[in-house]
Amino acid sequence: MNVILFMISCILTNNFIFNKFLGCCPFLGVSSKVETATSMGIAVTFVMTIASLFAWMVNTWVLVPLQLEYMQTIAFILIIAGLVQFVEMFLKKSMPALYSALGIYLPLITTNCAVLGVATLNVKEGYNLLFSVLNGTFSALGFLLAIVLMAGVRERLESSKIPECMKGFPISLVTAGLMAIAFMGFNGLV
Amino acid sequence: MSEKKMNLGKVFMNGVITENPTFRLVLGTCPTLAVTTSAINGLGMGAAATFVLLGSNIVISALRKVIPDKVRIPSFIVVICMFVTIIQLVMQAYLPSLYESLGIFLPLIVVNCIILGRAEAFASKNPVVASAVDGVGMGLGFTLALTLIGCIRELAGNGSVFGINLLGTSYQPMLLMILPAGGFLVFGLLLGIINSLTNRKKEGAK
Repeated sequence: MNVILFMISCILTNNFIFNKFLGCCPFLGVSSKVETATSMGIAVTFVMTIASLFAWMVNTWVLVPLQLEYMQTIAFILIIAGLVQFVEMFLKKSMPALYSALGIYLPLITTNCAVLGVATLNVKEGYNLLFSVLNGTFSALGFLLAIVLMAGVRERLESSKIPECMKGFPISLVTAGLMAIAFMGFNGLV
Repeated sequence: MSEKKMNLGKVFMNGVITENPTFRLVLGTCPTLAVTTSAINGLGMGAAATFVLLGSNIVISALRKVIPDKVRIPSFIVVICMFVTIIQLVMQAYLPSLYESLGIFLPLIVVNCIILGRAEAFASKNPVVASAVDGVGMGLGFTLALTLIGCIRELAGNGSVFGINLLGTSYQPMLLMILPAGGFLVFGLLLGIINSLTNRKKEGAK
């Protein structure tokens, strides 16, 4: 029961974009089409799950026993960069179709703060292995939900009349603000 | 940039105003939105980012002929990471309350696109002094933007600026402004206002 509640809270109440502001750059940058937004979301989910797993293992089994916790940031970013590279090569070889769909988004994920953020948060909150991985996966699904919804709204915005100065980023940010208010409605859920 | 002697003043103002990382380039949106619940947090975040930007720009520019082109991005990240770790430890030791309120966004400076962006676009191509000036200029632009957003959100959501109450006790604070949603709204509207001001200026120049 606890686990299910945790999953729901990761997706809705503690949504990465609307509650924690992690991963805002891709959220604003690649949310102009639903299709690309979905690909980006899936790629992020993929990487965040594996990154949470590896970051947890390295932190618990290497950094803590050696008392090297101050190296966390540098260790995590190297893990993420390495993983992204590895995932890219693996997909290229074994799943070319998926690779061509996600290809250009994968390198971008290295500098997506959601990935480093989830690894750091897991350590900070003291989650165990299961909860770290769940946090990675379901927070990423929350990101996927947010970016796809946003892309849907922005596709409609394309054809609507907007004051010149509000075009582009400003109107997207205001839209995101309104969506964040809507997501606040989930607050009492968990 | 083809001239041998670059105008350092111009490089500096470029970061602060012409290419302000927050309002003109819209980079590094995550910390911009997340830590600006109060003016002091915005200022602290800006100062930390400025330090990292200055340090990484100097080191990357000094090493620009040594770092092979193929591994430049990982090398840049390691350099940036070093400075982030330094500022993290310093802040934890001397400013523990600020360290607490910035939370995970302090280590996340590593993946702030402004810093990697400047390393790639400026420091890896220009001499040390110009890169240092660029770092300070960009950092200052970022700090100004964060502090401005922080002031607006703190004033509306708490009735104070830098912890000093300005609107009196009868003011009913707009809680929404310091909640995440307020961050998006304030930043979006500010961007809109700045766009309309620059558009008007351009039309005036014609």
